[in-house]
Amino acid sequence: MLTELFLSFFRIGAFTIGGGAAMVPLMEAEIVNRKQWLSREEFLDIFAVSQATPGLMAGNMSSHIGYKVAGIKGAIVATLGTVLPSLVCILAIAIFFRIFRDNRWVEAAFRGIRPAVVALIALPVFSMARSAKVTWHNVWIPVLSTLLIWLLGVSPVWIIVISGTCGYLYGRYKRQTGK
Amino acid sequence: MIFFKLFLVFSYIGLFNFGGGYAMLSFIQQEVVVKNQWVSDQEFTDIVAISNMTPGPIGINCATYVGYTSVMNDEALKSNLSPAALQCCGMLGSVLATVSVLWLPFILMLFISKLLLRYRNSWQVNAIFSGLRPAIIGLLAAAVLVLMTPSNFSNPRTDFIPFILSVAIFLSTFFGCRRFRWNPITVILCCAIAGIVFYGFIGL
Repeated sequence: MLTELFLSFFRIGAFTIGGGAAMVPLMEAEIVNRKQWLSREEFLDIFAVSQATPGLMAGNMSSHIGYKVAGIKGAIVATLGTVLPSLVCILAIAIFFRIFRDNRWVEAAFRGIRPAVVALIALPVFSMARSAKVTWHNVWIPVLSTLLIWLLGVSPVWIIVISGTCGYLYGRYKRQTGK
Repeated sequence: MIFFKLFLVFSYIGLFNFGGGYAMLSFIQQEVVVKNQWVSDQEFTDIVAISNMTPGPIGINCATYVGYTSVMNDEALKSNLSPAALQCCGMLGSVLATVSVLWLPFILMLFISKLLLRYRNSWQVNAIFSGLRPAIIGLLAAAVLVLMTPSNFSNPRTDFIPFILSVAIFLSTFFGCRRFRWNPITVILCCAIAGIVFYGFIGL
């Protein structure tokens, strides 16, 4: 059982490219449809909880699912399975790239790539803004937190703590005033 | 001691990161690039590029790679160790960073997942997330702005043509992927070829 769990998550980890959200449909196909370890409702619950807990989506999802399927051992095995393809690939490339990064052609290629990477990081800003329900009423929150980090070098940790607290206080205020 | 600091920094990045892999980039950037300067911003951009193209979720790839690079860049280790020993330390650093970013959420999950499942539709949880969600968008945007530096886009004063070329690459990648759903990996490969042609052969 544990071996099977490991292999499933290893496959999922190896075939994910990009953000952890790209992993969710792969997990659903493997865990719910193929192996039938969890029902669709259980899977969706885990998805919701993973989004509400800190940490990486990929790590949270695999440890949750592993735990549901085979307890603590399952959680550890599933997480290892997800992480291992990353670790092996990245280490191999990192060692290789460190040797060749001063090569004239490699440097030329990366000069071309860098602006594109910045654009690729800019993309989720707009797609996620829609799913986070950013409107003209609350657009000042992302703008303010961007400026605080970018211009004043405020740690994102503070942004998370303060925005969560303010959200809670505002919610409580709204309840008390009965709106 | 770089290993201990690496453990601390990645542990609290794991604990406070609510926005998934892309939001984590801005945490890593502030803590590792700006504050501790273990990795330069050019190196960081290259790390993100490679994390985007290799198998595995981007957050884990990035943590692994930053862990390795931080150790390899450490002056104290560099001057005291042989190249082979330094490589081993680098690998240790990558494993350490990955484990550090995962362990606190893992433990938290074991204890609070049942609670969260019960209360996830409560007004308290909803209120907290109504504040968090828009702020996380701000984290993502900050990561973009911090990376818009001369080392990534070339300096407009000294290298005007490369700067214009970089801006063109940025804009076409952005609109191409957004409007026409270009595949990010294909785009990166095309940009690499463009880089080789313009900077390598033509020598701009």
